[in-house]
Amino acid sequence: MQAPFERIVQDYGLNVLRVCRALLDEHRAQDAWSETFLAALKAYPQLPEDASVLAWLVRIARNKAIDELRRSKPEILIGQDVDSLAPSAQRPDLQLENLQLWHEVNQLPGKQRQVVAYRYLGGMSYAQIAGILSGTEAAARRSGADGIKNLRARMDDQELWREQP
Amino acid sequence: MNGKNYRQQATAAETQILESLQGRLVERARARELVDVAYRVVDSPVGALLLASTDAGLVRVAFESEGHDRILEVLSERLSPRILRDKSSLDGAARQLEEYFAGQRHGFDLPVDLQLSTEFRRQVQLELGHIDYGHTLSYAQLAQQIGKPKAVRAVGSACATNPIPIVLPCHRVLRTDGSLGGYLGGLETKSELLKLENPDFASGAATLF
Repeated sequence: MQAPFERIVQDYGLNVLRVCRALLDEHRAQDAWSETFLAALKAYPQLPEDASVLAWLVRIARNKAIDELRRSKPEILIGQDVDSLAPSAQRPDLQLENLQLWHEVNQLPGKQRQVVAYRYLGGMSYAQIAGILSGTEAAARRSGADGIKNLRARMDDQELWREQP
Repeated sequence: MNGKNYRQQATAAETQILESLQGRLVERARARELVDVAYRVVDSPVGALLLASTDAGLVRVAFESEGHDRILEVLSERLSPRILRDKSSLDGAARQLEEYFAGQRHGFDLPVDLQLSTEFRRQVQLELGHIDYGHTLSYAQLAQQIGKPKAVRAVGSACATNPIPIVLPCHRVLRTDGSLGGYLGGLETKSELLKLENPDFASGAATLF
């Protein structure tokens, strides 16, 4: 049996909100939240019963958020296939569904939050991130490194998001 | 599902945002015709009532004792999982029920959707709407009224499975001896509704007939 969709909204609305907020400013994050649940509602009757609803929602949210980013900076993310960007199924270590983790990401100072979210949630290169933030690639790398360091301390997990060499 | 745990982690600010986002979601979903079943819960003297509607009309009124979560699951299974909590689309039903419980309304003027019932039961349930406020019929009389005098038992089951109680007043149907029979919302609720409509009503009083 499929749960009534309202329960999906109640159970996972917070996950989706935190993912959207990690990638977007407040106004656009709320838009992306609505777009995520509208798309999910439409597709919901076809969702296989054994699918992970949370993983499915987080994937939609991430794609909607990247759509939003692309709308304001089309030249940077042009041709970027959102589905090819670090899909959560292939990177379980990203813990896209970890509610606490995204809460901590959202507590990072502005620039660190953006770089970390674009990099790990959005799957973007530092060059692309620098383009979006109108800065240099080196500065983006620095903010990313600082953000990860902060995050590891907050989560008390030194192995968090170790990039494969 | 583990909803409460997720919810507990929300900050007060997040809870507030999520509430307003939910309200906007249902409006936008309705505009895009993505809501198959809308519902809300209203307070009443007989406990919280779940009201659910489809595009065709009111499809379910459920007492608290039936378990609202369970009823929503049944609706998800039998109608569609595209179910959202929606206050505004059920304004009419909520207002009319409020007037009914205040003793100011003696009949309901609401479109109903009886797709949860089989054809025979639908016929009986629609007939319930013709029993006047404050009056009662026996199951046998109701069977007679729909032209199936021998189908007393089947009429009884049709009343027992009425998906839209109160609005379709199955509480006005009693046993021939005047005793209450059964009621989805419990016998106490049944006699409370009958007393609301007729203060002289005494449960089990065969003298009514």
